[in-house]
Amino acid sequence: MTKRTSAGAAAQRSALALAALLAAGGASAQETFKVGIVSFLSGQAAESFGIPAVNGAKALVDAFNKGAAPAPYNKAGFGGMKLEAVYVDENGGATKQVQELKNLYDREKVDAVVGYVGSGDCLAVAPAAEEMKKFLLLYDCGTPRIFEDGKYEYVFRTAAHATMDNVALVRYLKAKNVKAETFNMINQDYAWGQDSKKDFTWSMEKLYPGAKPGEDQLPKFGAGQYGTEISALMAKPADVTHSSLWGGDLQAFVLQAAPRGLFQRTQVVFSAADHVLPGLGEKMPNGVILGARGAYGLMSPKSALNDWWWDLYSKAYGVYPVQAPYRMVQALLGLKLAAEKAMAANGGKKPTHEQLAAALKDLEWESPAGRIRMALGNGHQAVQDTAIGRTRYDAAKKMVVLDDIVRFPADCVNPPPTMKSEDWIKAGFPGAKGCP
Amino acid sequence: MQTAVTILIDGLTYASWLFIVALGLTLVFGVLKILNIAHGSFYALGAYAAASFVGWAAALKWAPAFSIVAMMLAAVVVAVVVAPLTERALLRFFYGRDEVLLVLVTYALFLIMEDVTKLVWGANPYYVSEPYALFGNVSFGRQTWVGYDFALVALAVVIGVAVWWVLNRTRVGKVTLAVIHSAEVASSMGVDVSKVYMGAFSVGIFLAALGGAFTAPMISVQPGVSVGVIIVSFAVVIIGGLGSIQGAAIGALIVGLARSFAVHVAPVAELFSIYVVMAVVLMFRPEGLFQRTQARRI
Repeated sequence: MTKRTSAGAAAQRSALALAALLAAGGASAQETFKVGIVSFLSGQAAESFGIPAVNGAKALVDAFNKGAAPAPYNKAGFGGMKLEAVYVDENGGATKQVQELKNLYDREKVDAVVGYVGSGDCLAVAPAAEEMKKFLLLYDCGTPRIFEDGKYEYVFRTAAHATMDNVALVRYLKAKNVKAETFNMINQDYAWGQDSKKDFTWSMEKLYPGAKPGEDQLPKFGAGQYGTEISALMAKPADVTHSSLWGGDLQAFVLQAAPRGLFQRTQVVFSAADHVLPGLGEKMPNGVILGARGAYGLMSPKSALNDWWWDLYSKAYGVYPVQAPYRMVQALLGLKLAAEKAMAANGGKKPTHEQLAAALKDLEWESPAGRIRMALGNGHQAVQDTAIGRTRYDAAKKMVVLDDIVRFPADCVNPPPTMKSEDWIKAGFPGAKGCP
Repeated sequence: MQTAVTILIDGLTYASWLFIVALGLTLVFGVLKILNIAHGSFYALGAYAAASFVGWAAALKWAPAFSIVAMMLAAVVVAVVVAPLTERALLRFFYGRDEVLLVLVTYALFLIMEDVTKLVWGANPYYVSEPYALFGNVSFGRQTWVGYDFALVALAVVIGVAVWWVLNRTRVGKVTLAVIHSAEVASSMGVDVSKVYMGAFSVGIFLAALGGAFTAPMISVQPGVSVGVIIVSFAVVIIGGLGSIQGAAIGALIVGLARSFAVHVAPVAELFSIYVVMAVVLMFRPEGLFQRTQARRI
């Protein structure tokens, strides 16, 4: 009896030792991959960007952990490791974000950070992550300057930068023969707005050589009151009025400009406006030309992956996904593939920040919005297809729909790896391929 | 000519919106000596309450014109329910303490109210644009304005005159002025200072909420609407002189016209224009345009 007991204890010890060895040798179901997700949970960008993106992340993390995503994303969690997300509010300014980023790495011990809507925040956190040698994935911000002015090993952006949005807008105007002898602009006075207006102006110079720029309004972010700016735009009406306004600012602008007839006097073009369509509904005038910073939402391509994602999000939140959750999902899909690739090269163990960065560099993957290629910024900056469409309120469906959608391949509207956006546009888009 | 008239009209409409909000801020400072950082949160609360009230009015099939009444009611409810609660349950414990401490307390209140409004109304936007169409449009030359903007100018004038009249022509106003000049002396004369504080705070919050309620039709009401208004309101009361009603009116006009001029003539200087005016005023009148220089009490 005693002998049998000690044999049993030995067997137990052996089993435990074997389990420990297995755990040490590869990822177990108990091991977690911790990701810090930073987006606006409060403040002016929360409603349009931050919260929809975080909602998208929550739905996707849940699907990953259940192994419910379609192939090739159907392995539970990240390569068998449970995915755990820590959500952080982006509100509060760039200085605070740098501190929060350090907290995520040092205190929360996250394996990766995915975040940042604000271009100013991205410009601030990227050097901080690089200095700490920690993996950072920028999922939303648009300024091209991050990888055009800087060089990074640990920092990536899985969405195209803003150059694509404005080049595609002007190409759309040209493709649709929209008269554009004069153009006005209204953009927010910070990195995103400034970069957008420059890209639009340079693209107009190339594709509409005779077009004359007129009003160049630069209200502050979160201004809310646009009566004076609308008067200025109406005082010198142009054929085309361009804007990269977004979120609450864009909604306020539309609500204030539409009753004054601005949309009847000029062809308004918005570079990033799909996210306000579900909320504004019939308050959004017909005929507005707009982009979504990618082939997102109503302009997303038909695919099994997109159908799955659309249903997942729509059922969870009662509204269809717009650009912010799309960009979040393409970031997390890329991160999953990179993590699993790095694990495979690491004997099934959780990858280090270095290994994760090496795995994501130059990676390509399918997303609901089409193929994402880390083609710019030495393999750290994504390019993707985009689309532009024209608004029409569909009374039967009780929603705004988009007509006349034109798709632009990534190589048509993004610069080649060897050129900066500004130089590429000013040189007349050399190497642009597949433009409609 | 057309440009000058446009600058004037735009400046006036912007100033009227600003005046309603800044008047509440300056009144609270004048009476309670509180630099209320949370003023913008009450503005947001007014906007959210107006969104709810207008929604209910529509559900009850009230005529569209009554949406204005619903917006007024929303501001009244914020002033009657939330303001006394805030003053009695929080602020009164800090009276007489350093003004900097009260700034910190109201900043904390601002952060709390941001989250409370999100808890109550969520993060999705609310649209109440129906009242915006009630007054039709007004055209002049190439320009078309929404009549609602002119209604706001009228509202600002009515409010300004009403506050001036109450303060200068009624017993309640004279008691309030006595408290403004010296709470200590007023108290020794039998004035219930705490009641005056609560009343003045409620009126100040009513004005913030009214500003928010009447802005709601022009914007999408969502988290973050409280931030922008508070910064520019501070510029107005600093230009006019903290605690001065005439100062708030003139300050709002100066800011409105300066901003309008910049947007039409040099858009790149829009934000700069407001603060350069403020800096110039402070160089020559550090207490603001309408603040009397006070002798230091020893």
